[in-house]
Amino acid sequence: MPKYAMVIDQRRCVACMACVVACKKENDVPPGEFRTRVVEQTEGTFPELRMELRSELCNHCDNPPCVYNCPTGASYKNKENGMVLLKSYRCVGCKSCVAACPYDARYINEEKGYVDKCTFCAHRVKEGKEPACVATCVGKSRIFGDLDDPKSLVSIALHQNHSEVLLKSVGTIPRVYYIKKFSKPE
Amino acid sequence: MTAKFSRRTFLKTSGLLSAGIAATTMLPDKFLLWAEEQGMLTSTLIPTYCEICFWKCGAMAKVINGRVVKLEGNPAHPGSRGKLCGRGNGGTGLLYDPNRLKTPLINTGARGEGKYKKASWDEALNFTAEKMTKIAGQYGPESMAIFTHGAPTDHFLPLISAFGSPNVGMPSFAQCRGPRDVGLELTFGESIGSPERLDMANSKVVVLFGSHLGENMHNSQVQDFSESIARGAKLIVIDPRFSIAAGKAEKWLPIRPATDIALLLTWINIIIAEELYDKQYINSYANGLDQLRTAVSGYTAEWAAAETDLKAADIIETARMMGKNAPAVCIHPGRHATWYGDDVQRTRALGILMALLGSWGREGGAFFATQASFPKMDSKPYPEPSREPLNLGGYPFAGGEGVTQAIRNATITGAPYPIKGWFVSGTNLLKSLPNQKETIEAIKRLDLLVAVDVMPFDTVMMADVILPECSYLERHDALAVGKGKSLTVSLRQPIIEPLYESKPGWWIAKELSNRLGLGDYFPWNTYEEKIKSQCSLWGINYEELKKVGTITIPNTAKPFITALEQPQFKTASGKIELYSKELEEKGFDPIPRYTKHPLPQSGEFRLIYGRHAVHTFSRTTNNPELHELYPENEVWINASKASDMGIGNGAYVTLVNRDGIKSSPIKVKATERIREDCVYMVHGFGTTGKGLAKAFGKGADDQQLVTRYAVDPICGGTGMRVNFVRIEKGVTHA
Repeated sequence: MPKYAMVIDQRRCVACMACVVACKKENDVPPGEFRTRVVEQTEGTFPELRMELRSELCNHCDNPPCVYNCPTGASYKNKENGMVLLKSYRCVGCKSCVAACPYDARYINEEKGYVDKCTFCAHRVKEGKEPACVATCVGKSRIFGDLDDPKSLVSIALHQNHSEVLLKSVGTIPRVYYIKKFSKPE
Repeated sequence: MTAKFSRRTFLKTSGLLSAGIAATTMLPDKFLLWAEEQGMLTSTLIPTYCEICFWKCGAMAKVINGRVVKLEGNPAHPGSRGKLCGRGNGGTGLLYDPNRLKTPLINTGARGEGKYKKASWDEALNFTAEKMTKIAGQYGPESMAIFTHGAPTDHFLPLISAFGSPNVGMPSFAQCRGPRDVGLELTFGESIGSPERLDMANSKVVVLFGSHLGENMHNSQVQDFSESIARGAKLIVIDPRFSIAAGKAEKWLPIRPATDIALLLTWINIIIAEELYDKQYINSYANGLDQLRTAVSGYTAEWAAAETDLKAADIIETARMMGKNAPAVCIHPGRHATWYGDDVQRTRALGILMALLGSWGREGGAFFATQASFPKMDSKPYPEPSREPLNLGGYPFAGGEGVTQAIRNATITGAPYPIKGWFVSGTNLLKSLPNQKETIEAIKRLDLLVAVDVMPFDTVMMADVILPECSYLERHDALAVGKGKSLTVSLRQPIIEPLYESKPGWWIAKELSNRLGLGDYFPWNTYEEKIKSQCSLWGINYEELKKVGTITIPNTAKPFITALEQPQFKTASGKIELYSKELEEKGFDPIPRYTKHPLPQSGEFRLIYGRHAVHTFSRTTNNPELHELYPENEVWINASKASDMGIGNGAYVTLVNRDGIKSSPIKVKATERIREDCVYMVHGFGTTGKGLAKAFGKGADDQQLVTRYAVDPICGGTGMRVNFVRIEKGVTHA
């Protein structure tokens, strides 16, 4: 069974937002809501500055608080491929998962009355395609694939580089990994 | 995983489905995508090329049930390589923008008053043709000028040329790339092209002079940029602002604006003095080294440090970094080059630097275009105008795209002969030309202003007659011929039929030609016919092209200099001209020289401007899908400066320039990412027309504040970073 994960090579990201727009079109995300975003964070004082560009999305955690906190069983972890997904027909819009997620990855689709989130574009992956954000990533910063396959691009990227996850200390065991490099390494 | 719908949802939606799948353009994209997954609908992928900017990326449009639900990159296209930028992904936002021009409109009030009546195409076209004929009769056909940009040019420039006017003005020259192209032509005998022929992915050092790649999103170029960083290229960014690119730089040089030539000439001096230049390359291909050496010998690092507000050590270090990695150094020559009025000379300095490093025609530098080309189609020659063109403005090196403001001047003064009609297609002149007062003054003197566009941009809403063009996803346009490392041809074809009463540009031009008695110049019934005959002349299988979108012609491209492949420079001397006799003969400096520019006084800031990744000038500000990501521009002010002035982040202020022109309220971005002596804003905002419901009243218009401009005497480019503003606080913003 594949173990899907995403690697964000932050060195390659140029904050062009192609991923954000493509995701919204692919998944018909309502106005004002996003399943992914690119955060620009600059530290220091002029002219000694360093910048981090960080694509954020659902971390498809192996220890997912959204799933544990869902009272109806709508949020679940797919046992076959590890994706954190949602059975919308079971969702009552209680927002427990929204509150439980430390990554601010979920939103309420007001029109439909249920919560929604990144699915790793499960519908595309099923067809053998990459998630929309990965397919359009101009800098090839977003990499998607199977961690159990040593030849997959994610496995290679993680093997060759030091990587980190967001908020490691909260114990969610994310499946989105970050390869970082600041413009001025300390 | 397929999204699961409950049985009840399914019944409800399938009821809808049976209610009439043919007329369901109202169905949301999500439903269509879901129905497709359920096997109820099939999607088709139709290739075309994008027009949200002018990189012309190959795209695949996904259509379900007559609705374009998504755009993706075409892997066969060299500009997109299967990827689209944010803007390209948002192309459907233009197609389905509810604010589109829907019918022809004829002005019933005073010009600019915005009182329009809906007109039929017949009425609007007859009106236009009659007025044009009247102008030709009264003043001569040369009195009808055209301003144009992008794909509409391929339809309307032939129309105006056939009409008998040589007066074309494209802002892409005098307000953008002109000085760059002229500077490189004077040095190498040719410019760098668009897409720029840079071998950046293989560079060891990349130098960006104000180019903010990442915020400036020219697709394949940014792909190469990311690739070069990933491969470990050292990046040198010269920018008063800590741009996204600067954030990735090995060396960010936050230069004092308007002192770029000082840095360039000093780099040149160091590279010559330390013998870091490519001697064999210069000996073989260039002339004028001795004069150059003498001319730049006085430009020391210490002098430049004082002038540019950079550290001498950094200037020396970066010069050596380039020299030691030559020739695999990519000096990006920029694109929007109209900065300070000495822009041809700045580009000359960039070119000379490229030449010294031996990077023109070398891997990791700039490459040569393929020699392959397509034969020209026979067409009826245009009539010879009986009067001299006004669009060169007397500038010795003005390009064929014309000097827009020269036409504007002639319109205002009526000399040497009057310009009485403007045909404006695909360009928002109020936002692209400096000093709006002059533009409005000129417009007032016209007998006819015709606008062809998709959206009711500010300039469109000044027109006497508005001809609504359909978007690029609903029309054929000229075949896009790409000349990079190989020759490519790409097709733009309608993905869906034009919405509302909008029409393709070719149709509008052809209909006008019939009414002007110029039908012979458009000897085909549909544009597809023309494309087909072009394909057969070029040996392209049209049916195949329709399916794949882009065809690459196999050839033996020779992008780089080798022992067997020696370069030919199309300059007067046949060599790279470090010393330009051509310039000398016209009374200009044969070698660039540094001249000081005025600096801001106390309390003032230099106004600089640039781009945002999800916007193309003012064209995208109303696009719902892009507007959402960057709805209004901000004015970047150095954080400590803002703090000194008591201006908080997120507050609204107005900017006032030296001519007392006051901007609309603009949000403050107090940031460490900019120098203290300048403020920055993204170009294209501050729309005044209510017809653009999303963009109206959002942000401020940088061009409104550019009342002064420094004209480059060599080519007529308008330097637009020469305005100084004060910040007024205490603005309330609705």
